Amino acid sequence: MANTHKVSFKLNGKAVDVAVEPRELLIHTLREKLAHTGPHIGCETSHCGACTVDVDGMSVKACTVLTVQCDGSEMLTVEGLEQGGVLHALQQAFHEEHGLQCGYCTPGMLTRAYRLLKENPNPSEQEIRYGISGNLCRCTGYQNIVKAVQSAARKLAAAPAAA
Amino acid sequence: MIPPAFEYHVPRSVADAIKLMGELGPDAKLLAGGHSLLPMMKLRFAQPGHLIDLGKIAELRGIAQAGNQVQIGAMTTEHDLLGSALLAEKVPLLVEGAGWIADPQVRYKGTIGGDISHGDPGNDHPALMLALDASFVLKGPKGERVVKADGFFLGLYSTLLEPDEILTQIRVPIPAAGTGWSYQKLKRKTGDFATAATAVLLQMSGANVAKVHIALTNAAATPLRAQAAEAHLVGKPINEASLNEAARLAMSICDPTPDQRGDADYKRAMCGEMTRRALQAAHSRAGKQ
Repeated sequence: MANTHKVSFKLNGKAVDVAVEPRELLIHTLREKLAHTGPHIGCETSHCGACTVDVDGMSVKACTVLTVQCDGSEMLTVEGLEQGGVLHALQQAFHEEHGLQCGYCTPGMLTRAYRLLKENPNPSEQEIRYGISGNLCRCTGYQNIVKAVQSAARKLAAAPAAA
Repeated sequence: MIPPAFEYHVPRSVADAIKLMGELGPDAKLLAGGHSLLPMMKLRFAQPGHLIDLGKIAELRGIAQAGNQVQIGAMTTEHDLLGSALLAEKVPLLVEGAGWIADPQVRYKGTIGGDISHGDPGNDHPALMLALDASFVLKGPKGERVVKADGFFLGLYSTLLEPDEILTQIRVPIPAAGTGWSYQKLKRKTGDFATAATAVLLQMSGANVAKVHIALTNAAATPLRAQAAEAHLVGKPINEASLNEAARLAMSICDPTPDQRGDADYKRAMCGEMTRRALQAAHSRAGKQ
């Protein structure tokens, strides 16, 4: 294709190169070209947050970002949270606090909560609710999601190396 | 949903971006944060042949004080506004307004310049800019001009920006010490546009209003300055009678579009209520010199 751009970025620590049309959305590159199916396609209208990934220290909705905009960036998806076979404190806390029911929103919730705790390691309940207000849970399991983020914040404070 | 095909350009300077706009003509659109334009392209409401991405132009980002104003690069994100210590101290109305915009993810990408240039009366910065009496720096092939926010918004998606011009900077006069502020926004859910919203800056002199700016979001095809309401309040105390009359005068200039957020009467009534609340909140924050 004539109108193809080569885009390079770091995905969960690994350098990747992809060739994309300008109109290709990041969520499609991740899922269809790079086999990272953790980020989900929910609403495709930047409302639900199921496609949330972390790009250069920002939580973004991958359904409303062009892959060509990500050249040279550092990206983290839910696949990159686990390190050496050990779940991230947030993943462990979602498991322990029943922070998911159907699980569809979970990768987005986890990556969003990851950035929230990086910016604010000790958030109040209100700050957590405001901080995840761009992520919808159709099971409406928000109580346990908030509890899980609180639990993860406590664990990370006790063992900051795991952040 | 995937946008229609287009060519992608990523200039590294404002001068290069202006040159590209000249070469590509009206079939080119500027891409800022992309959270208005890309959704419109997905729905085929916009089908530009070229996108010029302003995301890699460092000179378009940043917040700095210059004398008695704060200068904000057009590509500064809502997230940057929310976290700015300078704005929190000097222009807290802008921080409060940014906190009501969209959701965290969208605020990392959405920019103040994009929000203003889009000319959508549902966006929040236009009314905030009117209340703050801000000015905009517009750059084009013929050079630079500085225009007032008041008069910039011409109609639905229509502004003073010429097709070959870029909004590069927003200049906000620092309100006098003791100025009260508030942005009150009614919305159905996080991420929604305002059913109605009102921005207020308020200076008191003793018990009476010395100066007040009132601006309305999503009340008509453009953001509105509620000048009759402002004029009514000057020289009077903030009390039930003056608030009622100010709210009535603000409502009288509303011409809202009925949609799923409500019919015109409901939106007009909510504009009155947001105006009342914003005046009360600003009053509670104003210094009583």
